[in-house]
Amino acid sequence: MSKTTDASMDRQTGGDSSKVSRRALLAGTVGALGASVLPGAGNGTQTPTDPTKVQGGPARTVGRRAPSAQPQRLTYGNPPRGSLTPLQDLNGIITPSDLHFERHHAGVPEIQPETYSLLIHGMVERPTMFSLADLKRFPAISRTYFVECSGNGGGGYAGIRPDRTPQQIDGLMSTSEWIGVPLSTLFREVGVKPDATWFLAEGSDAAVMTRSIPVTKAFDDAMIAYGQNGEPLRPEQGYPARLLLPGWEGNASVKWIRRLELSDRPFMTREETSKYSDPLANGTARLFSFEMDAKSIITFPAYPATLPETGWWEIRGIAWSGRGKITAVEVSTDGGRTWVRSNLQEPVLSKCHTRFRHLWNWRGGEAVLMSRAIDETGYVQPTLDRLRDVRGAATHYHYNNIRAWRVRDDGSVVFGLEG
Amino acid sequence: MKQGLAHRRRIALSVTVPVLALTVFAQGCFSRDGFADAGDAHPSSVQEPAHFGFGRPATATEIASWDIDVMPDGTGLPPGSGTAVEGAAVYAAQCAVCHGSTGTEGPFNPLVGREPRDDFPFGRTVQYPMTVGNYWPYATTLYDYINRAMPWETPGSLNPDDVYGLVAYILYENDIVAKDLMLDANTLPNIVMPARDRFVPDDRRGGSEIR
Repeated sequence: MSKTTDASMDRQTGGDSSKVSRRALLAGTVGALGASVLPGAGNGTQTPTDPTKVQGGPARTVGRRAPSAQPQRLTYGNPPRGSLTPLQDLNGIITPSDLHFERHHAGVPEIQPETYSLLIHGMVERPTMFSLADLKRFPAISRTYFVECSGNGGGGYAGIRPDRTPQQIDGLMSTSEWIGVPLSTLFREVGVKPDATWFLAEGSDAAVMTRSIPVTKAFDDAMIAYGQNGEPLRPEQGYPARLLLPGWEGNASVKWIRRLELSDRPFMTREETSKYSDPLANGTARLFSFEMDAKSIITFPAYPATLPETGWWEIRGIAWSGRGKITAVEVSTDGGRTWVRSNLQEPVLSKCHTRFRHLWNWRGGEAVLMSRAIDETGYVQPTLDRLRDVRGAATHYHYNNIRAWRVRDDGSVVFGLEG
Repeated sequence: MKQGLAHRRRIALSVTVPVLALTVFAQGCFSRDGFADAGDAHPSSVQEPAHFGFGRPATATEIASWDIDVMPDGTGLPPGSGTAVEGAAVYAAQCAVCHGSTGTEGPFNPLVGREPRDDFPFGRTVQYPMTVGNYWPYATTLYDYINRAMPWETPGSLNPDDVYGLVAYILYENDIVAKDLMLDANTLPNIVMPARDRFVPDDRRGGSEIR
């Protein structure tokens, strides 16, 4: 159960007062207001019955959400080592920074910006230390990209359960406008030697996280990001600076980046060999499976939402590909027998969330809703059976199969065709 | 796409490219910020300098203090040594609380286990725990990781002799090295892990094929 409230979702699901009150209670226990105060204006008084007859609340130095609309990340692990973005509660393509998913391997470090340094060394002409101010002085770019954990979607591949939300299935993924310096600019600055083909990216968390990255990515679209959605990076997103590798599995975009070492071979770190490799059915395991294949998920209607009545409903969701732009998203309401093209919402950006919408007249009875993304390489999001055939039923990571939602007679919606 | 990458790469390695050619490439082939697909709406006519001069030279001492990585050929391994017998004591004191008294019990990542010895079924079944013995392709990775990130409560606190001893102990428990093998910068890179040849490059390419 996702601990969320969202006024628009509550309106969409309509009339289920027990569900709404449970959500409001959950929000009250974790929000700024005590559980004893009704959701409302949040100025310390009861919600007015007519807001035109009382003065409203004051201006504030930092804004906050409406008390009755409090989307929440869902943490997991003990102690929590990650949290999932509430996809079913969000609209548009940008994830609010405080709802961006997080995953860390040794907690969120506290780093002082004044003493922060990025070291670039190894096969370079000029081993160099860059301060945060140095990084910010270079020409700055901003780009909007998704970041997705390569384990995202595992709950849609194996152990499928009907009581899963979009957040639980695919919440290890978010999109931000990232601000920073192209890695190519820094590599030109230090004079990367011609024979350098890989670099080690190392973080300054207690895991001293390390991944080996091909140098070609640096001269494609990699960046060192210090800003996110107009403000400095959040601590859990790598403050004060992180590597950002658009379209590649999130673990490789090393946060709290402190060191880049150029080499002519990969380093074979623990994360890239024993963890983020993909065992396959044929008795091998893929190394350096960086790119995220095209995916999509319907975020409405989706569990735990219900459709209170038949008639017109808009099926909504997000699609994305680590290989470029989404060119089409097809939607099926009959379990994949027939497909129609959905509306793609502009902007459609490379390696970024793309919104799709499909107007659907539900005439009652069972329906199975699916979406499949197609990207500019011609890749078509595969069925679960197809992906299991190719990869193996117990493979790890890169679970990009089609997700299915079953709308039942009574309007309730459950995840998957199994379970 | 590939063509564009090659051009950008060549610019980056400009120490080998004449300045004149660099200018031609810069004006003719790609956006200066290296992002061909989503660059500036109105590119400036001002050319970026070859070097900005930002940052400062890193000293050898600074580099040495952070450069802790160990590569499969042994590059980065420090002086020191240890055996499984020596490592067993360190393991009991520092590691057993998380990984179990013999490396199989957990509660966190099991380290020991070779089954199934003649197969690598991890893409087909979750029947076998993935361990150092049946999954890790390089023994040097064990040194690198223990040294940088373990033990959990005091990461990065072990000295080289302790780390060599722990690597020797974990490899011995996995039936990969003899109990009395002295691990050091010379012997560790020579160890061939059982799963070494199971790892293959990523063959996904996009396009119409599902891999």
